[in-house]
Amino acid sequence: MSLLAVEHLEARHGLLQAVRGVSLAVAEGEILALIGANGAGKTTLLRAIAGAHRPAAGRILLDGADVTALRAHRRVAQGIALVPEGRWLFPGMTVEENLLVARASRRSGPWTVERVLDAFPNLRPRLKAYAGSLSGGEQQATAIGRALMTNPRLLLLDEVSLGLAPIAVERVYQSLERLIAEGMTVLLVEQDLGRALRVATRVACMLEGRIVLEGAAAAMTREQVTQAYFGLGRDVARGAAS
Amino acid sequence: MIWVNQILQGVLLGGYYALLACGLSLMFGVMRIINLAHGDLAVLAAFLVWLLVAQGGMPLLPALFVVLAAMAVLGAVMQRTMLERSLRSGILVPLLSTFGLSIVIENLLFAQFGADTRSLAPAIDTLAYDSWSLTNDIYVGQLSVLIFVVAVALLTGLQLLLSRTALGRALRATAENPDIAELVGINSRAVYAIAAAIAVVTAAIGGTFLAMRATFAPYAGPSQLIFAFEAVVIGGLNSLWGTLIGGIVLGVAQNIGAQLDPHGFLIAGHTVFLLVLAARLVLSSELRSRLRLRREYSP
Repeated sequence: MSLLAVEHLEARHGLLQAVRGVSLAVAEGEILALIGANGAGKTTLLRAIAGAHRPAAGRILLDGADVTALRAHRRVAQGIALVPEGRWLFPGMTVEENLLVARASRRSGPWTVERVLDAFPNLRPRLKAYAGSLSGGEQQATAIGRALMTNPRLLLLDEVSLGLAPIAVERVYQSLERLIAEGMTVLLVEQDLGRALRVATRVACMLEGRIVLEGAAAAMTREQVTQAYFGLGRDVARGAAS
Repeated sequence: MIWVNQILQGVLLGGYYALLACGLSLMFGVMRIINLAHGDLAVLAAFLVWLLVAQGGMPLLPALFVVLAAMAVLGAVMQRTMLERSLRSGILVPLLSTFGLSIVIENLLFAQFGADTRSLAPAIDTLAYDSWSLTNDIYVGQLSVLIFVVAVALLTGLQLLLSRTALGRALRATAENPDIAELVGINSRAVYAIAAAIAVVTAAIGGTFLAMRATFAPYAGPSQLIFAFEAVVIGGLNSLWGTLIGGIVLGVAQNIGAQLDPHGFLIAGHTVFLLVLAARLVLSSELRSRLRLRREYSP
């Protein structure tokens, strides 16, 4: 059974329908990359899965249990953690406090401050620094570490490379790849197509609120993805998806 | 020597103001609510303690703890049923709804207890007027010292709670961003309810001390609120130690004003408040423009 199942999900921002009947599944240990242009509905989909956005219709199942009606903090307790786009640390709190505050759901698991520091060694000297004073890369590492502190079964990553220097992106992805090797289940949104195809086991491309292309990352060509991404020759994309 | 005395008494009075103000400060810090019913909640607690002690014959301390427990529940219920809803409608609605709550509490107290002024002074025996003499000229009231000590202890406790405990971290995280706090597993509604409960309990402690050191009546709340509010603004929002300093500055200013002129008590207090407020506005706009400059020049 899949760890996460999304069924016919619809989500709106007022009159704008951002997600239009999306269904997807993520199996335990799988890395699903969501790609798509700005405004395709990726972030809204992730936020709906995490409980930060109330869907208009559809269901979200975690390990077969319906979590659609649960508030965000209850979903965290069930094992869903989101690293939001833009990182959103608590700037008036130290790195250590940002990590410790995520123990609120008291979910048991292997993650401790020490283990986060092992995964992101660049945070070690910055532990007592206020999150507002960190560099972008350090902020992103703290944001991922904070999500890990909730001991998630499913990690949702929204554009972790956004606004980071290339070297910082590289460092974040090195740490992520170690996590993935340890068997973490991840659903990530990534603008960098090459990186998404390399990290993910499966790729889904969103266009205007729908998934228009989905398949194993290894079997997918850049051309297929590019066509789906821009909505060129939709018939070709549909053919590849089926 | 008379000035030393006035300053000392002002510092002690400042402890009382800080006690009243810390709940106001906490509620604004965590929920961005300016609770206009804060003074009335203090007076309500004073009436409840008075009811149990003077009417019910209970000893003071047990009565106080019963009332504090009841006020904690009241604070949480108030948050869940009223403030939480009003917060969803923008920043003005909580202001209006706490203003409404203030009127409701005042008039319920008036309907129940009438317009008589009352005091808990008889219930605390000689503590109401006993004093220690420091020199031949300077005496400090034991109750004033007790209030000051309780205020400092309460503020220290709250500060430690906020900086050292998991609940404190959850409170601060929720204060910074309730939506993101939810995403790291914090039940923001429960945190808000706890913050409201703590704030109302501190108001109740302040109200009980008001009842011991002076008199209270159903409409006494707003005049207490204004001092608490001034202490918070003088000391700076979001800082509990600032609230203590603000209370002390206000208390000292009032006492020095009263020494200068019999009408000076309130005038001096309000003047200091307005001066600090004006200075803050000027400084903050200057600070903002400087920050903007720095941001423009940084790469």
